[in-house]
Amino acid sequence: MAVASADTAIRTSRITRAFIYLFLLLFALFYLLPFGIMLVNSLKPLSEITGGNMIALPQEWTIAPWLSAWSTAQIGVEPTGLRPYFINSLVMAVPAVVLSTVVGALNGYVLTKWQFRGSTIIFGLLLFSCFIPFQIVLIPMARILGLLDIAGTTPGLILVHFVYGIGFTTLYFRNYYAAFPTELVRAAQIDGAGFFQIFWRIMLPSSGPIIAVSFIWQFTNIWNDFLFGASFASGGSAPMTVALNNLVNSSTGVREYNVHFAGAIMAAAPTLLVYIVAGRYFVRGLMAGSVKG
Amino acid sequence: MGFLDIDNVTKSYGAVEVLHKVDIAVQEGEFLVLVGPSGCGKSTLLNMIAGLEGISSGEIRIKDRVMNGVHPSRRNIAMVFQSYALYPNMTVGKNITFGLEMHGTPKDERERAMKQVAQLLQIEHLLDRKPGQLSGGQRQRVAMGRALVRNPDVFLFDEPLSNLDAKLRVDMRIEIKKLHQRLGTTIVYVTHDQIEAMTLSTRIAVMFDGYVQQLGTPKEIYDSPANLFVATFMGSPAMNVLPTRLIECDGALHALITAADAQEHALRIENPPPAYAAYKDAQVLLGIRPEAITDPEGADRNARNIQPLTNRVTVTEPAGADTFVTMTMSGKDCIARMRADADVQPGRNFDFAINMDKAVLFDPKTEQRIA
Amino acid sequence: MAASTDTGVDLRTRLQTWLPKLVLAPSLAIMLVFVYGFIAFTIYLSFTDSRMLPSFGWVGWDNYDRLFRIREWNTAISNLAVFATLYIGISTLIGLSLAILLDQKIRGEGVLRPIFLYPMALSFIVTGTAWKWFLDPAIGLENTMHLWGWESFTFNWIKDREMAIYTVVIAAVWQSSGFVMAMFLAGLRGIDNEILKAAQIDGASNWNLYRRIILPQLRPAFLSAFVILSHLAIKSYDLVIALTGGGPGNATALPATFMYSYTFTRNQMGIGAASAVIMLMTIAAIMVPYLYAELKEKK
Repeated sequence: MAVASADTAIRTSRITRAFIYLFLLLFALFYLLPFGIMLVNSLKPLSEITGGNMIALPQEWTIAPWLSAWSTAQIGVEPTGLRPYFINSLVMAVPAVVLSTVVGALNGYVLTKWQFRGSTIIFGLLLFSCFIPFQIVLIPMARILGLLDIAGTTPGLILVHFVYGIGFTTLYFRNYYAAFPTELVRAAQIDGAGFFQIFWRIMLPSSGPIIAVSFIWQFTNIWNDFLFGASFASGGSAPMTVALNNLVNSSTGVREYNVHFAGAIMAAAPTLLVYIVAGRYFVRGLMAGSVKG
Repeated sequence: MGFLDIDNVTKSYGAVEVLHKVDIAVQEGEFLVLVGPSGCGKSTLLNMIAGLEGISSGEIRIKDRVMNGVHPSRRNIAMVFQSYALYPNMTVGKNITFGLEMHGTPKDERERAMKQVAQLLQIEHLLDRKPGQLSGGQRQRVAMGRALVRNPDVFLFDEPLSNLDAKLRVDMRIEIKKLHQRLGTTIVYVTHDQIEAMTLSTRIAVMFDGYVQQLGTPKEIYDSPANLFVATFMGSPAMNVLPTRLIECDGALHALITAADAQEHALRIENPPPAYAAYKDAQVLLGIRPEAITDPEGADRNARNIQPLTNRVTVTEPAGADTFVTMTMSGKDCIARMRADADVQPGRNFDFAINMDKAVLFDPKTEQRIA
Repeated sequence: MAASTDTGVDLRTRLQTWLPKLVLAPSLAIMLVFVYGFIAFTIYLSFTDSRMLPSFGWVGWDNYDRLFRIREWNTAISNLAVFATLYIGISTLIGLSLAILLDQKIRGEGVLRPIFLYPMALSFIVTGTAWKWFLDPAIGLENTMHLWGWESFTFNWIKDREMAIYTVVIAAVWQSSGFVMAMFLAGLRGIDNEILKAAQIDGASNWNLYRRIILPQLRPAFLSAFVILSHLAIKSYDLVIALTGGGPGNATALPATFMYSYTFTRNQMGIGAASAVIMLMTIAAIMVPYLYAELKEKK
């Protein structure tokens, strides 16, 4: 089948196309395999993993590793399972996501529709904060959290994620609102709407997609964060990623691989779910972070 | 004192002045069109009247109240935007009443006003739709409805027809004119389209480069353009501008032009304004509109001074109602407007009739009309 | 004459000029303290004798001097060079190839694309956990090959001091190459089809079409990919921690892991701060010109 479709100018032969499919399928396998095998092996008893073939399906299906990872596995010194840490991550992520999105939306509104002398420089300052290596702020942040008496707590982590999320959310809303017709704002001004009324009545009702992008991106980033969690949360207030790492890399006792896998999948589940449900917005978020248009 | 006074208004961005001492007094019920090419400052001026841009110096007054620094919503103006700027998330009805709501008008009053305007513009059946579901012409009507419902002192239009296709544009033009005639409102209207300016306005301000080049009725602007810019910007096809020399011959002034065959012809000028005398034997620019150069049968019967001229035709463009003919005069392309059935052939000579009553002269250095 | 703008300005207009600044002010303040203030503080610390706690004894360039004499730091730097080069190069190559192939009117694109991209939604800790085990010779790929009868198969890079850094590359490429694909795919879809048709009418082969017409138009996507990937590479921390823990020994140490361990585990805060400053400078050298150009274009 020599594809000569109307809207692509590229023509390829039948053999080339076979190779293309083969190549693409091999890569699909490459991407699926590690996670897929992990999933399969999380449903095996430990003996089947250490003594058997990793690609084989379980001879004996079991959800015991999942139950163990969730509620009884040894995390650090306590046999609590990952559940409390999963909750920690939720309690940390949700407020940080909401706060940074609200602030980002207002910033983006100001930076596009109410520009003033110096507002571009302020945007530049905000934008640069997206790209700093966070190692540069670890030491002073630890001090400040200590001074505020929220070191090692979830509120402390909320503050950290909120602060370093503002840059990205501002970038999203700024780019989105830049394409929003300024004439609408002017019309609303003449109609007598004030600064916040315009934002609330005119801008926000049209901001659904970018709010979704901001929520998803912030949630993914904050949920998946390890550096801040490892640095600023201790013991029982650690987020999921830190707890998972403790579980997997604890040096004591037998390595319960199946429990590790179950735990890893639990840690991946929320963001993966978001990706599956709203992949379109996820991709847009990724793009917005790279192509500032 | 006018109804809307633009009094020595300038606008600068930093050190750059983009509008220079604009001075226009608009009377109540007048339809003023600001026309000019893009970047001439016409939209800036409109935005300053609306209060969307600050005034660097000078004053804008509406009904003798100084508007400098007054918030747009407190000026009792309404504006129709080029993109219509309809709120996409609100229904047509909401769009129309949003301004009233913001001004605290009670709901039943809003409803009544909305019904009235909807009826006037024949958009009653659209009130529950969202702007995204409307055609260009319908959106245009809604945008006008939103402006009308406020019952403002001054209506501001910012290129409201430029997003419509050619036919709809003509329809809406007539619609706007009807509305103006019926309601007798004061309108300031910005456009880059000189036909809109001519057809709609009671007065035109032609702008270029931040200056008002000429302010006058459409007829004044068309027949007595203040300078070369106004002469060539207004009118389509543009006015022919031919380098010429003024000579005196038989006691009358003549404009000397060169035909395609290098033959010189003297075109007599009758009743010249006194200012012409100073330009005797000097180089000037002769401005003559295409419709003043015709075939002899098509010449204006009321014209008193029709000069004949034989010249070779370069190109003919039959346009249905008329045929446009291009020839070379004094080294320039010159367009004449014939009747559709005039027998003109490219490459042949043709006897043209030039209505010198309509000719104007410009100083080649200052580009001002000599009068 | 400027006075005429100020005198007689009504409250509403004045409010309107102040509100936007007021709304932006908290964010600006937060940035000035938590980003730029903190950066300044860390830079300052890098010139002091801070150890377990910040201390303010000025030692000049001492920390930087010592930093570059520490073997682990030099390992980290050369690891970063290897890692960043391969990570950026391979991710770009794979991403571009996948994008071009996916752009050939592929049936099932809607299924393949999300599969290529999903690792980007995962935490590096999860990625590390998966690959750590997959690459473990005792139970992972090598063991499986042995069980399948390929006895001589060996793949023990993760345990090999020389090769371990390449396993980090593999896992990182696995995570990010789908993202690069998405960027290139967006670039490809943005190219005007009429240009391609014109080139074909001019007789360009597919190869020439890509080489001469399409790839040059993807320049912005190449630039973005490079900037994003290099920034990710320099920041890389979680993946190394989860995959190799920096080991064997410190064979897979990167500047990020070095900074963390010197600051928080080995109580050499001055040195840790100095290493963080070096990281910031490296990223800034890439990001600042890029952001400047992007913002400039907008004006």
